[in-house]
Formats: sequence, C-alpha cells, structure tokens
Amino acid sequence: MSEVSNPPQDAVVEPTLALKSRSKVIAVTSGKGGVGKTFVSANLASALAKRGLRVLVLDADLGLANLDVVLNLYPKITLHDVFTGKSKLEDAIYKAPGGFSVLLAGSGMVEYSRLAPEVRDDFLRIMESLVPNYDIVLLDTGAGISDVVLFAVSMASEVLLVATPEPTALTDAYATIKVLGAQQKRQRIRIVINQVARTGDGTAITTQLQQVLDRFVNKDSEHPLKLIHMGDIPSDPAVRQAIMKRQLLAQSDPGCPAALSITQLASKVESAVIKHGA
Amino acid sequence: MSPPRFFQLISYSVASATDSSVIRLSDLRLDDARALLEHDPSSELPSPEASPAVYMQTILDGLCELSLRDPLTGLSNRRHFNHLLNREIESVARSGESVLLLIMDIDHFKKVNDTYGHHAGDLVLQAVSKCLEACVRPMDTVSRFGGEEFAAILPNCPSSFGPVVAERIREAVAALAITVSPSETIQVTISIGGAYAPEWVRSTIKLWTERADEQLYRAKSAGRNRVFIEEQRGVAVSADEKGMLFGHHLFGDPAAEGVAGDAAGSAVADSEMNRAN
Repeated sequence: MSEVSNPPQDAVVEPTLALKSRSKVIAVTSGKGGVGKTFVSANLASALAKRGLRVLVLDADLGLANLDVVLNLYPKITLHDVFTGKSKLEDAIYKAPGGFSVLLAGSGMVEYSRLAPEVRDDFLRIMESLVPNYDIVLLDTGAGISDVVLFAVSMASEVLLVATPEPTALTDAYATIKVLGAQQKRQRIRIVINQVARTGDGTAITTQLQQVLDRFVNKDSEHPLKLIHMGDIPSDPAVRQAIMKRQLLAQSDPGCPAALSITQLASKVESAVIKHGA
Repeated sequence: MSPPRFFQLISYSVASATDSSVIRLSDLRLDDARALLEHDPSSELPSPEASPAVYMQTILDGLCELSLRDPLTGLSNRRHFNHLLNREIESVARSGESVLLLIMDIDHFKKVNDTYGHHAGDLVLQAVSKCLEACVRPMDTVSRFGGEEFAAILPNCPSSFGPVVAERIREAVAALAITVSPSETIQVTISIGGAYAPEWVRSTIKLWTERADEQLYRAKSAGRNRVFIEEQRGVAVSADEKGMLFGHHLFGDPAAEGVAGDAAGSAVADSEMNRAN
C-alpha cells in the first residue's frame, strides 16, 4: 500500500540570485571545517593583490569565520554595524596586511545565522555596491551546506572548494559538490587540495572525485558537473608557524613551499576567472 | 477585565518596591489560573499551604503544560509541535540527520460525527491518538494538528524506515475497534503523507509541512487509507559512493598511506621539489 513518490521540483534554497557583475565573485568554501578555507582565502587574496589586482575578502560566514584571527585584525566597524545602520559601508572596509581589502562580519552577526529574507536583501545590496570597486571579490563562506553558505555561494560565479586528503574532508567535499550541482545547477567547481603529502596527490584526488561524480551524479544529469583542479598546497610547517604568529605567509615566510603554491594558485585563479570572465 | 487587572499587578509591584519586598499571593488574583487547572484532570494543583514560590511555580508549570497540550487527546498541540519542528530544522541544518514529518488525517471523519454524534467523534479522536502514540518511539512526537488531522515528527529516521513506520501506523489504525456506545463499535482508516527535512539545509515550517501536506493530498486522492512519502532528497553520500571514493589506489595502497602519515617528513621533500621548480 505504501508508495514512494518523486520529489517535487521546488528548491528550498533559491539556486542563483541575480547579482550584477557576479563574474568577479569567487566563493571559497569547503565541505568540512578546519581544512584551511580561511587560510586559503586570506593568502590567496594577498597573492592576487601582489599581482596588482584590487581584491576584497568578505567574511560571508556571518561571524563564524576566523578571518579576523588569521589576519590579526580586530576592526571596530563590521558588517554587523552596516546591517544595523550604525555605520557606513565604506567605513567597515579595512586594509589587510597583504595589501587587499577586507570586510569582516563581526561577532554580532551570529544572530543572523538564520538567514532571514531582509538579511539576504541587505547582503545583496551591499554586494551590488561593493563589487564594481574591485577586480576580484573572495567570499569566505562557512563550512558545510547550511543556507547561509548556499546563499553566499549563489552570489558567486565561481566556487573554489578547499579540501584535504583526509577521508572525512573528502566525503564532506563530495557531499557539498553534489548539493551545489543539484541545488544551484553548477557545472564547474574548482578544487584546491590543502595539506597534500606529495605533489600530484591533489590531481589524483580530483580525478577520483570526478569519477565518483560521473558514475553517481552526472550519469543522468542534464548539467554534468566538472571539477577543475586548481592546485595543491603542500603540508608545510611554515603554515602552522604563520598561523601561530597570525601572519600571512607572504609576511612570515614568503619563500616556503606553501607560499609558492599559493602564488601559483593566484596566477591560475587570475587567468581562469578574470581573463576568462571578462 | 484583563487590562485593569494587569494594571493593578504592575502598580502593586511598583508600590511593593517601596513598601515591602514580599508579594502577597492573595493580591495576585491567581483564581482564574487555579480554576483552569482544577478543570483539567491531569493537572497538578498547588496546595494552599505551599510556600508562595512553590505555589507560583506549580501554577506556572501547570499553565505551561496546559498551553502545550490538546485538551481532548492529551497530545502536543500545534503550538508545541511548531516549536519542536523549529528545533528539528535547526538541528538538521547542522547535523544533516534524517528527520521525517508525517501528516495524518482520519478518513471520512465527518461521516462519523454525522452518523454517531460528536461524542462518538471525540472517542474516535482519543482512540486514534492513543494508537498513534503507541506506534512510534518515545523520542518521536505526535501532535493533534487540528480537527481530525495529526502530525508526527520522527527524528533520526533513515529513509528506509519511514515508509515502514507509516505503514505500521496505517495498519494499526485500521485494526482499531472503537466502542462509541454500549451497542456500537466502529472502525476508521487514516491517510498519511510524509516528507523528510532537507539534509544540511535550513528549511522552514511552512515549506516542510507543505511538502508533507502535498503527499497527504495524494494519499487522499488515490483513495484514502494509504501512505505517500516524498522521496528523500539525495544529499547523503551512499556507501557505494564512499566505496568508490576510497576503494582505489588513493587509500587502498599501503605505501601511499605510509607517505600520507608522515606529512612533516614529506613536506621537506616537497619543499625541495618546489624550490627546484
């Protein structure tokens, strides 16, 4: 007597919001927390700035991101003050040590983790006015697939997914990729593998993820998802040292392997996103 | 009635700040609340000799309990259920746990009322409520949503279990023999619609109940006494997918694992390779 029916087409989270000049916006995300997403966002921003680009990093985790800790920057005015009308947007944008701009959410933003429609509208409005001032905007999103993360990702043309070779991180990365494909009809997700033991591991991991996607997701999909391996960041004691000193790699150890890999990543991101998107 | 009483309470407490720090119970006019609890057989009444704090606490607890329960069936009412649904939505958004919402409606209930009278209708509602509660786990919550409509929230319910539980409920209700008068015993059936909370995504009460309602509507249209459950949105990573993700050279190769486990050592080798590049 029981029957199981097909799910209806309505999506709980709207797939893509109309943000003009979305092409400059990259969402940096991860399936699992603690894989170095914020570390990658900050250091990638600094490497892109070094290439002469005007870069903004926005804490899109609404206060749960550790961007302030990574950058050792504790500004008085945050996105929270802009949302509540206490401050002007331009006063909430700070210059980070790496020569890029940063807009932090502030701890008061935690209460916005329930993404009310007003918050979405405010967020979109803020993005509309910010994006034209920069060559590239990185959204440091939260980990996982909460509605805040999906909303932040929906404002970006490109997704840069950070994972580590750890099985749990890969499983969560895979789940995130599936959701982004299904809910936002994404066809391209860029992958960075952090903390690899050997160069080349990230390429193999990305190929592996792609094969599983092809078998289980792409086979009857009208929007086949393609993963693009953007680079590996090697396990490097210099990273830990930089984080402990609350510095960017470019400040603490610009010649270390991890820093060099991020420089390469920046060049790939620039040519893939900016030149491609223009 | 109530605005002046509220005013009195406020003015009293303002006065008490200067006159005396003790509030006399007799001034608080708790008679209505006490009367409300007196009429409810399952409520506990405060003893008149209790200390003021205990007396107040018992009254407040009793009122809270009353405000969450459906008086006829003793099930959670819609207010309480919405509160629990919200809590599940929050938890699923973080945990990705599989949670099923069932909405159930007694078939042709109006006919029961019209044929046997409203008292018989009430007895049917009570018998079905009892049966629903007996069909689910203690961690599940059954609620009277309104009229002859019920809802159940089943946390930690994998997609393979949902239809089994719902089918068990349907069969148990159909098997009930409800005595509505010394000479009459009647039987009813129930239609059930179900929907899972979308994993990892923060849904809303409205969206979630709408999806379950849609399935209930399909169960009714298909002839009643049926179960329809929306297929769970496939976000979870299946065992097959995990097998393929980890079954190959990446992690199956002991040599590769050995290298991965020695991250610090290999980082030195990497740094040399990178500098050479």
